[in-house]
Amino acid sequence: MGMTIVQKILARASGKKSVDIGDVLEPRVDIAMSHENGALVINQFNEIYQGTGIPAKVWDPSRIVIILDHRVPAETSKTATNQKKIREFIAAQGIPNFHDIRGDEGGICHQILPENGYIRPGYVVVGTDSHTTSHGALGAFSFGIGATEMASVWSLGTALNVEVPGTIKVDVSGRFPRKVGAKDLILHLIGMISAEGANFKVIEFHGKTISKMTTSGRLVLCNMSVEAGATSGIVPADEETVRYLREVAGVKGKIDIVTPDSSARYDEVIEIDVSKLTPQVACPHTVDNVKSVKEIEGVKLNQIVIGSCTNGRLDDLETAAKIVKGHKIAKNIRMLIFPATWRIYREALKKGILTTLVDAGAVIINPGCGCCLGVHQGALGDGEVALATTNRNFKGRMGNPKGEVYLCSPATAAASALTGVITDPTKGE
Amino acid sequence: MSKIVFKVGDDISTDVIYPGRFMATVLPTETPQFAFADYTEFNTQLKNKAFPPNSIILGGANFGCGSSREQAASTLKGHELIIIAKGFSRIFIQNAINLGLRTIICPEIEGELNDEIEIKDNKLTNKRTKKTYDIVPLPKARQAIVDAGGLIEYTRRRVLEKHAR
Ligand code: SF4
Repeated sequence: MGMTIVQKILARASGKKSVDIGDVLEPRVDIAMSHENGALVINQFNEIYQGTGIPAKVWDPSRIVIILDHRVPAETSKTATNQKKIREFIAAQGIPNFHDIRGDEGGICHQILPENGYIRPGYVVVGTDSHTTSHGALGAFSFGIGATEMASVWSLGTALNVEVPGTIKVDVSGRFPRKVGAKDLILHLIGMISAEGANFKVIEFHGKTISKMTTSGRLVLCNMSVEAGATSGIVPADEETVRYLREVAGVKGKIDIVTPDSSARYDEVIEIDVSKLTPQVACPHTVDNVKSVKEIEGVKLNQIVIGSCTNGRLDDLETAAKIVKGHKIAKNIRMLIFPATWRIYREALKKGILTTLVDAGAVIINPGCGCCLGVHQGALGDGEVALATTNRNFKGRMGNPKGEVYLCSPATAAASALTGVITDPTKGE
Repeated sequence: MSKIVFKVGDDISTDVIYPGRFMATVLPTETPQFAFADYTEFNTQLKNKAFPPNSIILGGANFGCGSSREQAASTLKGHELIIIAKGFSRIFIQNAINLGLRTIICPEIEGELNDEIEIKDNKLTNKRTKKTYDIVPLPKARQAIVDAGGLIEYTRRRVLEKHAR
């Protein structure tokens, strides 16, 4: 019996020839990522060593990456103090891979990792963030863990008690209609299989549509796989992966590609043809409450958000800029843009994308998680409604349990910014 | 015997259990104050220690979905609650086990507020309805961590072993 890509990666990382679904392993970890919650990891890490007489040293500083992104610049003194603690720990442990709040190297963790060449096909990547699933876009097995579990990884260099997950294969064919793309596809899939449809499983993406998709689009798919409960999303590495790693991430040296066996066993195979797909939207308050934009056109909006680790890349900002160019956003609408990283910010600046957006009335927020998790930079007022390209719409997610969040693609968000109501971007196409 | 002191539906996310705006608070000693912060009445009861240890929150399917924030587990652990649900999200149940928060998977469980539940030998019995339900045992991978008394202790032992070699 052949192996899925995740079986192969886990076998290799555990020093085994083959592994079965359900096997319990302790794979070595290639990259361990944390952000502000590193403050809690540090606390738990020190606790592990408490009373042992052994100095608390991380297993391999070069495999740890820390990014400050969730509340930047700090919104309270408490956050600032946590961030300070993290900087001190990094200095004391000699961790070289640190992305502080800086215009030259900062940004959201899930874009910083791929963009800077930290991720390679076949890697085992863990992060103290649920959207760590994103990095499957480059053919790695990448999943979210809690802070205490990360403290354990920092101590031992292995992920404890990983059970080899089963895999759902998603085979995508057809060419996207104009202004329909990766975000609409993943929303459609989540709506189809539900928020727990892939619980404890991996989603492996295949098919012609995926082969033609850029890494940016693949990151969207893997990022949101967790919204169907998946342990990880993964796109087996191919030519596009190598192109991205060389051209964008500046990776030199050998790139090892791991692919699934053609005889691999899948729990389920789902086929999707995107040629008739329409713009999709996830309605409050669950990500699997998915409808076609057509069905709910006209819902009145107060805030449009374009950005995040899901859709804050250059192509997303470019799509939005093209739609609003030469127009003004509707009255009584706030349009907030937060590019995923400062590198994207700088590129968008050079290309005039940011100017176009600002001229239309948008506000550009510094790269970081912004209002995605509802801490600062764009909370909703009571009863207000937001349309966002982010990945979650749970009650309270945008800082107010009395607000409502709809999720969509950058094209839908931009078209809706011009009208002030949820609008189908493909109208008149 | 334990009593159901709070009942919620399916897909209760970590944003509901521990809203993002309190995420700068990380220490397990400090997180309990924000458990279900937007459910003011329940939150106040918890803070006033209205319930004895081992009181039950009854959840539906996919309890704890969403973010990986460990505060969602530590905030409930701080009140010594037991979470019984039809199912849990992966990261939440792992965090719960790592921190020693008691979680029980019981796909068929039916109960209402104030029902008394008996937890015995892989079975749950609702004393009011007299119905008994099977508990889904933890995967053996997780049981080892529970048996060690949580992940900190488990890893500490491993670190000591490694060092002794
Ligand atoms: S942008 Fe949102 S989803 Fe992405 S890492 Fe930040 S808070 Fe999480």
